[in-house]
Amino acid sequence: MKTPVKLRVNGQAHEIFVEPRKTLADALRDDCGLTGTHLGCEHGVCGACTVLLDGDPVRACLMFAIQCQDMEIRTVEGLADGEELHPMQRAFWEKHGLQCGFCTPGFLMLAVGALERKPDMDEEELKEMLSSNLCRCTGYQNILAAVRAAQAEMQ
Amino acid sequence: MTLIGQSVRRLEDRPLLTGEGRYAGDINLPGQLHMRLVRSPVAHGRILDVDILEAVDLEGVVAVWTGADVSAIPPIDFRQEGLTDLYPYRQPILAQDVVRYVGEPVAVVFANDPYTAEDAAEAVFVDVDDLPLTLDATAAPGSFDGTHSTEAAVVRTTYGSVDESFTAADKIVSVEVTVGRHTGVPMETRGALATVEPSGSLVMYGAAKVPHYNRKAIAAMLGIDTDKVILREGHVGGGFGVRGELYPEDVLVCLAALRLRRSVKWIEDRKEHLVATNHSRDQHHRISAAVDPDGFITAIRDEFWVDQGAYIRTHAATVPNLTMAMLPGPYLFPSYETTGHIRLTNKTPAGTYRAPGRYEATFARERLLDAVAHELGESPIETRRRNFIPKDQMPFSRPIRALGTVIEYDSGDYAGILDRLLEHVDHDALAAELAHRRRGGEAVGLGIAFFVEKSGLGPYEGARIQVDTEGAVRVVTGAASVGQGVETTIAQICGDGLGIPHDRIAVVHGQTDAIDHGLGAFASRVTVMTGTATYLATQELEKKAKAVATHVLEVAPEDLRLVEGRVEVAGAPDRALTLGEIAARLEPLSASGMGLEPELAAESWFTTDHMTYPYGVHAAVVSVDKETGGVVIERFVVAYDVGRAVNPMLVEGQIVGGAAQGLGGALLEEFVYSQDGQPLATSFMDYLLPTATEMVAIDVLLLEDAPSPLNPLGVKGAGEGGTTAFGAAIAAAVDDALQKPRAIFRLPITPERLRQIIHGDYPEEGAAPCK
Repeated sequence: MKTPVKLRVNGQAHEIFVEPRKTLADALRDDCGLTGTHLGCEHGVCGACTVLLDGDPVRACLMFAIQCQDMEIRTVEGLADGEELHPMQRAFWEKHGLQCGFCTPGFLMLAVGALERKPDMDEEELKEMLSSNLCRCTGYQNILAAVRAAQAEMQ
Repeated sequence: MTLIGQSVRRLEDRPLLTGEGRYAGDINLPGQLHMRLVRSPVAHGRILDVDILEAVDLEGVVAVWTGADVSAIPPIDFRQEGLTDLYPYRQPILAQDVVRYVGEPVAVVFANDPYTAEDAAEAVFVDVDDLPLTLDATAAPGSFDGTHSTEAAVVRTTYGSVDESFTAADKIVSVEVTVGRHTGVPMETRGALATVEPSGSLVMYGAAKVPHYNRKAIAAMLGIDTDKVILREGHVGGGFGVRGELYPEDVLVCLAALRLRRSVKWIEDRKEHLVATNHSRDQHHRISAAVDPDGFITAIRDEFWVDQGAYIRTHAATVPNLTMAMLPGPYLFPSYETTGHIRLTNKTPAGTYRAPGRYEATFARERLLDAVAHELGESPIETRRRNFIPKDQMPFSRPIRALGTVIEYDSGDYAGILDRLLEHVDHDALAAELAHRRRGGEAVGLGIAFFVEKSGLGPYEGARIQVDTEGAVRVVTGAASVGQGVETTIAQICGDGLGIPHDRIAVVHGQTDAIDHGLGAFASRVTVMTGTATYLATQELEKKAKAVATHVLEVAPEDLRLVEGRVEVAGAPDRALTLGEIAARLEPLSASGMGLEPELAAESWFTTDHMTYPYGVHAAVVSVDKETGGVVIERFVVAYDVGRAVNPMLVEGQIVGGAAQGLGGALLEEFVYSQDGQPLATSFMDYLLPTATEMVAIDVLLLEDAPSPLNPLGVKGAGEGGTTAFGAAIAAAVDDALQKPRAIFRLPITPERLRQIIHGDYPEEGAAPCK
């Protein structure tokens, strides 16, 4: 049943051997050792597992690993440049955009992916974009503030 | 150095931002098994057979257990001891003969990988003969098990002369209100990993909230010594009251690790979470006020029903007791009587959720106050003002107990905070603007709701501070963290006391092998209890540091000062020792030469008999779409007095996050059941959490006007006040928007219900005033 799958994650190749039904999220966590991608619902609503697939934010719980052969995957582990945090990570820290931190990797990848595609989103577009993921701690206020601050820096 | 009061960045954040967090699901041990529960598909019935044959045969399956395999394990106990009357309602770790709710654990599978475990669980067939259902907690009680009633207990609180007050009343005003079934729903589901270490100790990762209590409870249930059980808390993805209670799954992973001699991991999925983890709220109140000719409320009489679900879990009667104790809130209410019916139904069992008992009681009381105002033909603000406990009566005692303590409000200026809020929103201008908009055809309104919270539950918590020879500081506490910023807050208090930067301080929490005693993270208690213990320990540590400096610098202790992490001679700051240098002098040999115990360390315990009582007001401006029944919150203000904010940024974060949860319960979230007891909200498509678009920017008016006299820092807890009055304020605002007093008597205010209210065809059972 298990099949070899080649995943390219944060610029590194991972040759893994998984069942075709294994989700991308589980493959990242169990087979690539990248546990920063979190599972909050496993039915595509909460967005905690958001990763970038060829630049697009996707739910890693709704993809099979085998569908992602030869695609460029980016996860939260690849955001910082060594010790230097990505502007989005820094902004979440400065603006207190996280409490328990469980949803944070998903929000970081969502916002980075969306702003790389469309850097000049206005307030309403940002809010609309952020409404695709769920956070239970912050009430979103500081997440929005962080994304706004990072947007300015990313441009 | 003043660190208290500074909005410093959190110490916790870096690993959480880089994907290096260690939540329960992120921890793995070699050779671990994966556990999966088989859950009851029906709400009530007798188990005829659990067929495990097919599951056992699957490759990779190591064991499958049914109720018979764990029948020797006692049911899960209440944290509060001695409540023997409630014992028949405790939950077994696997159903024995009867299932009582959809989602109840019936069997459990252990396999080499999680996918196989799930396959095997699906292959288990549970044959159940249906029994009659109880889904309405307000209907006449029936039989729980042939011997005991579904009314597990009737709890009562009373003081004053209620009957006389009602007889003498000029007016009696009554309302009947309901708060729906909703709960914490943290983004991380529950999870646990148990292993037996070479020392023979059973270790469970994934602990939260109350690790020390749970260690003892697990040991007792499994019949092993408490010192052979170690609970470890890693990163915790939100608590809100539900996580960290002792559930069947926690006991099962521990039992399996012992029996199977393998590490055993369990991660709940979201569908399970919504039917397995504690539900909350779901109270129905009939409440009346006796009003004298001056419009003063002389007495309150309340009767309420709690839908406890299928079992009584670890909290026992905590939520109904808190409901009764906190219902009077900020008002004098010279006489008061309340009776609570704790009813078992065939739904997921219930426990605490952020502001437990207060969200419900505040909704009931504030709706009643609005009805009284309407009856008196006056502004709801005037009614409240007339009935407030005056500032000069603080501390104010009521002859009621909550959580084993007497209710004594430690400090507060209720009229004062109302004035601050009204000024902040420019009330008269706002009211005029809303009236103007209503004349233009819009349905817009303002609602205000008051609340008193409780926090800082004792009776004790401790902190041990150690400084190493390089000056690095470690604080160890038995309290826990559920993601609210405990490490930063405690480090600020410690750093403030020792005059060192908070980021030189590491805070250890939630590890039962690091400290023998700890009560944990609940009831907005950590900053008050651990914070105060930490403050006291810094004072002890200062004394010891000065004792060393006295020897080395040959100066009397009273001539020494602790400044910025150095003990220096007053007036001659060049003559100084850093805390690291002092720690070096306290190595065992030199310490004994000075007649001191080795190590620069100090431990303090803070004990208290009383809680602290923060308080506040919520104000909502809403607009209602009469066509769709949709409610848009245009503005929301939370004025909250926390005595003293250690880190205002974190306190505001607590308030805003708490408000989002209040919003969920007011407008969106509800566990709905079908007539045959099937839960209809088992995914995030049906159980609606607020997203960024439903959430309004919360305007926080953070006040420190009434520091607590009960601890040296003056702090009160900040965790729950963003939630407490949210539903009450929204309901009042919707009433105002519709210009229809008493319109809202039930939460959540779903579009469907609101349309029925607007069009006047709401089913009669709820109709606003009761007889």
